[in-house]
Amino acid sequence: MQDVWKTYPNGTHALQGVSLQIDRSEFVYVVGPSGAGKSTFMKLIYREEVPTKGQISVNGFNLGKLKQRNIPLLRRNIGVIFQDYRLLPKLTAYENVAFAMEVIEAPRKIMKKRVMEVLDLVGLKNKANREPAHLSGGEQQRVAIARAIVNNPSVIVADEPTGNLDPETSWGIMQLLDEINFRGTTIVMATHNKEIVNTMRKRVLAIENGHVVRDQLRGEYGYEF
Amino acid sequence: MNFNTLLRHFREGTKNVFRNGWMSVASMLSIVVSLSLLGVALLLVLNLDRAADEVDRQVEISVYLNLDIQQADRDRVEQEIRDMPEVQELTFVSKEEGLEEMRETLGDAMVKGYEETGTNPLPDMYKVQVIEATTVPFVADKILALNDGRPEAPIYEVDYGKGTAEKLFQWTQTIRIVGLVLVIGLGVMAMFLIANTIKVTIIARRREIAIMKLVGATNRFIRWPFFIEGVLVGMTGSALTLAILLYAYSRVELAASSWKAALFTMIPLHEIWLWFSILILGLGFLIGAWGSTISIRKFLKV
Repeated sequence: MQDVWKTYPNGTHALQGVSLQIDRSEFVYVVGPSGAGKSTFMKLIYREEVPTKGQISVNGFNLGKLKQRNIPLLRRNIGVIFQDYRLLPKLTAYENVAFAMEVIEAPRKIMKKRVMEVLDLVGLKNKANREPAHLSGGEQQRVAIARAIVNNPSVIVADEPTGNLDPETSWGIMQLLDEINFRGTTIVMATHNKEIVNTMRKRVLAIENGHVVRDQLRGEYGYEF
Repeated sequence: MNFNTLLRHFREGTKNVFRNGWMSVASMLSIVVSLSLLGVALLLVLNLDRAADEVDRQVEISVYLNLDIQQADRDRVEQEIRDMPEVQELTFVSKEEGLEEMRETLGDAMVKGYEETGTNPLPDMYKVQVIEATTVPFVADKILALNDGRPEAPIYEVDYGKGTAEKLFQWTQTIRIVGLVLVIGLGVMAMFLIANTIKVTIIARRREIAIMKLVGATNRFIRWPFFIEGVLVGMTGSALTLAILLYAYSRVELAASSWKAALFTMIPLHEIWLWFSILILGLGFLIGAWGSTISIRKFLKV
């Protein structure tokens, strides 16, 4: 990112001149108070938002010059995880994960194998045929993670993935993400969870009022609420 | 797009119809209601139009020739009427045939006296049928004008039921216009009804589309299952409509055929069912396809 500014139509300056680089295989926490610009920062990465000014490059895609019809190609290389899971409610866990592979027109045979593989990885192999409504919050988030990694993306963007989960379940999710990171996937995660940040000791980006106020390797959460 | 993907779209589209159970039923019902209204109006208008046609056709012009007309004059008059662009058919009825017709309508007694004496008071005549019934008064005047400038008028009288015929034409014309307005009005109403149903369906599925985009689905990929779903709903709705309408029509036709006093007959079902089916099913297809295409377009720009 180079000198990235984002101003919304209502006049909010969400980001003001942010420049930074995230390397392959890094694990980065993005912390900061609510409304500081964390979500905007995340959305810019998978191009749900475009910067008002400045340049962003992800996986060699120059997002400023990315044509509308090439956005899907970018997103296939980024797995996105949300606080509210965003699963399709009428599809089973298996179908939700398989959907991401159907999109890239993967052959059915490979798809079946791969989907069961990732469901196994997140520990939901035996709940593949359940719909989200019949899964706990932690399990739903695991399905979302399975969906995010099924196409082997090089980057995972997670916007408060543990925000709705109890501490114990959160730890399970974090272990999963850590393992995925260990296999070489870059992870950018926005969070409010102090305990997690302080325990895992990864790179920490603190954003306040649209500025990066701290960028620390093996950092701490650094806020008291 | 490879074959597997296409297959996947069909599978998804079909599944979606069931996944969205009540929404699909609501859309289908709205299509059934709209198309039924439209279909009924159409059938009504077609039958009224045919009735009007039948009534119109019963109006013909009788051209009575003078008794002492020469063969050459007669031939010339015949040729001149035949040459009029409005005229469809011309039948010559000789005085003998006229008498025969009279016998059929009025009975033997009336004709007997003439036959015994060998006299026939009837003139030769032409029956003229025109292409467009409303031109009857005009054509009648035109035929009578053939007398102008001739020392011996070849035509004795031209008759077409003046007054009655004109009133009749006014009526049939009104029926046609009212019918047309009815069909157009109902067509527009059906469109609004369906567009509204689709809007409601789509708002409910905004989230779904957003998630699809998020995992990197192209617009085309998202559109296909929706398209197939829309077409399926549209076709099912129209097939249902068709079944109802055709059945109802056959029942009405049956009832009407036993109704002897009718001035006209209904169009037989076998004459119209084919193109009517194609029309209704085609409309169902278009509504479904058009509806799903239009309504997801604006949600695709995420």
